[in-house]
Amino acid sequence: MSIKAEQPAPLGRRRLHPADTSYRISLHTAGAVVVLVLLAILVIMFVGGRQAFDTFGLGFIWGSEWNPVTQIYGALPAITGTVLTSVLALTIAWPVGFGIAFFLTETCPQRLRGPLGVAVELLAAIPSIVYGMWGFFVLAPFMSEHVQPWLTSTFIWLPPVGDSFFWFTAPPIGVGLLTASLILAVMILPFIAATTRDVLLSTPQLLKDGAYAMGATRWEALTGVVIPAVRGSLFGAVFLGLGRALGETMAVVFVIGNAIRMPDSMMAPSATIASVVANSFPEAEPGTLDLAVLLGLGFILFVVSFGVLAIARLLLRQERMS
Amino acid sequence: MRRFVSLWAVRRHASARSDREKLAVLSPFIRRMNGALGFVLAVAFLTAGDVLAQGITGAGATFPAPVYSSWGEDYARAGGPVLNYQALGSGAGVTQIINRTVDFGASDSPVAGERLQKEQLLQFPAVIGAVVVIVNIPGVDGSQVRLTGELLGEIYVGRIRLWNDPRILALNPGLRLPQIPISPAYRADSSGTTSIFTKYLSGVSAIFKERTGAGNAVAWRTGLGAPGNAGVAAAVKNIRGGIGYVEFAYAAESGLQTLMLSNGSGRFVSPTVPGFMEAAAQADWSKAENMAVSMLNMPGSSSWPIVSATYVLVPRNPRDPGSVQRVFQFFDWSFRNGAATADRLHYVMLPPAVQDRVRDQWAKLVVGGAPLWPAR
Repeated sequence: MSIKAEQPAPLGRRRLHPADTSYRISLHTAGAVVVLVLLAILVIMFVGGRQAFDTFGLGFIWGSEWNPVTQIYGALPAITGTVLTSVLALTIAWPVGFGIAFFLTETCPQRLRGPLGVAVELLAAIPSIVYGMWGFFVLAPFMSEHVQPWLTSTFIWLPPVGDSFFWFTAPPIGVGLLTASLILAVMILPFIAATTRDVLLSTPQLLKDGAYAMGATRWEALTGVVIPAVRGSLFGAVFLGLGRALGETMAVVFVIGNAIRMPDSMMAPSATIASVVANSFPEAEPGTLDLAVLLGLGFILFVVSFGVLAIARLLLRQERMS
Repeated sequence: MRRFVSLWAVRRHASARSDREKLAVLSPFIRRMNGALGFVLAVAFLTAGDVLAQGITGAGATFPAPVYSSWGEDYARAGGPVLNYQALGSGAGVTQIINRTVDFGASDSPVAGERLQKEQLLQFPAVIGAVVVIVNIPGVDGSQVRLTGELLGEIYVGRIRLWNDPRILALNPGLRLPQIPISPAYRADSSGTTSIFTKYLSGVSAIFKERTGAGNAVAWRTGLGAPGNAGVAAAVKNIRGGIGYVEFAYAAESGLQTLMLSNGSGRFVSPTVPGFMEAAAQADWSKAENMAVSMLNMPGSSSWPIVSATYVLVPRNPRDPGSVQRVFQFFDWSFRNGAATADRLHYVMLPPAVQDRVRDQWAKLVVGGAPLWPAR
């Protein structure tokens, strides 16, 4: 090393050791790679799907006919299936996940907290194909034998939406929107439960102690103090779960029934964007409209998921700032 | 690698000299050593590449994959080159042979004449298979159920919705068909099996042709999709009142109940290998363009109505004529020696006359003035 470098440089302009520089460069590169890959995927999907948007215009998003034979592709059935299953999964998983989190942080005996927490996290570690096969071979027959006939006879009085959507009046085939939503609910449960637990744990103990000192019950402390304090973060947890549900593929392919048409009941077979892409991609030849349509679908899903995650980040950040 | 070697060398030759000096002395040695290593590796790769080039590579349809693979094993055991067949699906097979990344492509549905012309491809049938209809009707022996193609078409567009529909009952007076909904199952993935099945239904049912049409993937008007033959079979097994279509080889292996269909003579037949053979023999090969021939809804006493050949594609202008020759040799060997294997796997060989037609097509392919196959 030269003598010059050993002289103390003015503060703030000190020359860094080469190792520091290379370390810094490599970190910057790592950071840049994430952004570049993200942008590249977005651009490639848009360019690849351009033909679909050019051919069908807005009809690609609003069209309800999906016909590979006549080469008319409208993504509305797939978008509907995606949104319906995700929202329904969230409606089921959120209360349960919140209950688990509250139980783990407040009322659970200390000895059980560790094992239960691990059990919840293990749910997240099960590969989605396993959920799919379990759903197809165990849950679907159970649904068709027991749950669906009961639903049909119990809710037969529900008035249909328009003349095409009959809620729970459908042949009990086991697979469909409802079964897919249940599987998705189980899959996103650990994410919601774990995130909610962390959020609840981050509530300042002082606040809770204050509430208990005022003579509040556990319920009053939860609803009056803890939840208002972390409301934004709780929404963030929910949206993270929603993001996962929107993009889930393999498990859904097994249990949704893969029917790319508008559903006529909550038990009807349907399709999600991800399941359509997974089913059709292997045979979509390069340069054809089929492939462009699938890439266009990917772009739509990307935009939807990105929007959901952006909202989640925004809510979480608000929380941190306040 | 290089740095590692040099460190090792330096440690071995520790002496009074400074590290820099030692490296300077050693570097030519290291460089030469790396060069030698590179040379050895290159030779190894080249040799491996040479061996690979002597093998046969194919890609495409999943439907004939079991029989191609078994033939390949038999052929290698008999001293022929090794076959590497990748069951990627018919569409992928056509793409790969157009890009010339494999020696042959395989497709369940024949490729259209103009496309063969444009992409300089020769097409020939290799083996015959059948699609059968499986059912799950509680309390009823599925193998005794009779349907016509017309009714099957109406079931698959959702016009007939119950198993005790009067028109089904009229065909099955001896059976006590229950009043449960019919749940048609189909392939969720794009598939040659779907192509054969929908082509058959479009031929025999006007309403199916109008509302759904034929293709590897179609817009199903009712029912549910499941991935693969196994998925369709499991869906039918799971659902009371389910009906689905699978390849015969698959149905035979898994012992599913297959119903009877009416054939071109109006006779109700169960799917049997002799029935497939009869259908194949009925097909009119003389008028077939590019060897694409329909064997659907053939007449006969036992002809099964949903029978189809699966096709092989090779380039007409190969960079290496030897690669096409090896494909021809493989299929010629399989035509002559593969019957037992095909039978075991529930496929049907091409009739001998058709095999000769295929060989005639090969003989017409002339590359660089020399035919790739000797004429008869």
